[in-house]
Amino acid sequence: MSDPERELRVSKIRNGTVIDHISGGQALNVLAILGIDGSEGVGVSIGMNVPSDKLGTKDVLKVEDRELSQGEVDVLSLLAPEATVNIVREFEVVEKKRVERPERVVGLLTCPNHNCITNQDEPVESAFEVVDDGVRCEFCGEIVREDIGDHLAVH
Amino acid sequence: MRHDHLLSAGQLTRGDIEAVLDRAADLADDPGAVGERHADRLLALCFFEPSTRTKMSFDTAMKRLGGDTVDMGPVESSSVKKGESLADTVRVIEGYADGIVLRHPSEGAAKLASQFVDVPVVNAGDGAGQHPSQTLLDLYTMRERAGLDDLTVGIMGDLKYGRTVHSLASALTNFDARMHFISPESLRLPHGVQFDLHDAGARLREHTDLDDVLSELDVLYVTRIQRERFPDENEYQQVAGEYQIDAGTLERARDDLTVMHPLPRVDEIAPDVDATDHAAYFAQAHNGVPVRMALLDELLGGDAATDGGAGR
Repeated sequence: MSDPERELRVSKIRNGTVIDHISGGQALNVLAILGIDGSEGVGVSIGMNVPSDKLGTKDVLKVEDRELSQGEVDVLSLLAPEATVNIVREFEVVEKKRVERPERVVGLLTCPNHNCITNQDEPVESAFEVVDDGVRCEFCGEIVREDIGDHLAVH
Repeated sequence: MRHDHLLSAGQLTRGDIEAVLDRAADLADDPGAVGERHADRLLALCFFEPSTRTKMSFDTAMKRLGGDTVDMGPVESSSVKKGESLADTVRVIEGYADGIVLRHPSEGAAKLASQFVDVPVVNAGDGAGQHPSQTLLDLYTMRERAGLDDLTVGIMGDLKYGRTVHSLASALTNFDARMHFISPESLRLPHGVQFDLHDAGARLREHTDLDDVLSELDVLYVTRIQRERFPDENEYQQVAGEYQIDAGTLERARDDLTVMHPLPRVDEIAPDVDATDHAAYFAQAHNGVPVRMALLDELLGGDAATDGGAGR
């Protein structure tokens, strides 16, 4: 039961990106952030709530034939601060990217303050400053600390 | 001050604030000191919410500067009623005027407007967000009455939705001020405002009872608790009653306590306070004109030859 390959039930990929150590249950939100909904035709394997020594449970994503950019990796940090990102070519990990918190995120989240001007049908993208323990709307000042995945604008 | 817009009090340094207050004091003494440089200038008044004092004092200030105003009029008779976005509205008005004063029911409206126009935007109230020009006249009044150093300020009432409170608290972090926030539990300062105050190293305490701090205060800033913030009338009556003051309440205060209020008041300050030496709220409202003259003078800029040029 402790063999991770058995528990993941997901085979290795030839080329693409493996995102590991995503907080349990956040994999679909991570896909949403990355704008991957299956319509692109790329192969996507998802392991959700698999046992993890480090996190208790974790999610794992394998996206075939697509290499995530550093910018894409950075926005992951908001949902999955512990995530590790491996770029795979010909079954080998050729690059390990570090997840770093960006200074701001634009167009990615919806402000939870219903009275914020960004929720009023104006031609403007939401913008959040990343602060110590969450994100903060640059328009109305609302702070989001928990369940950031619930406020994704890209669902 | 060298800003393109006035959107929130948080953008103001102590130097910015003092420059406006000093200029306002000069203009209060001599309204003609500004000369003719605003003579051909127009200020657009865009009030998407009702206003008496703020709108009239901006109108008065611009006219006393020698300029003029154009007024969008009430929302009911404007193209906003047809569903026009704020971004479009301000882009059109930018073509008519040299500056825009904006009041809007949504938080962040002035910030949004500022991203779509090149003329200065003054936030004259954005929902429960900010009202920084009110703060400047509040500080002007406090400075006249009590000074801005070694100051103990109590701010009471609706701290959650009160935009004048959010701006004032933010600006006071620039000064040597201790802040006491007095409100019902349900109307405490919002997290975002608290975050900024702590970030700025503010010395603040929260209370539910004015009597805890009344005797320590140099200034008591009272705000209105709005009926619509409460789900039922009984709860409103009960809560609002605890945050009303009268001349009897103030017998427990220091003799030189200054009582302020952004107005309009309903019944949070009893009329018997008006005749006491504590009352500063009408003088405070009058200060709106010289302070907004100074603010507009700065934001609209002027001919460098008459402007002092260097360092600005």
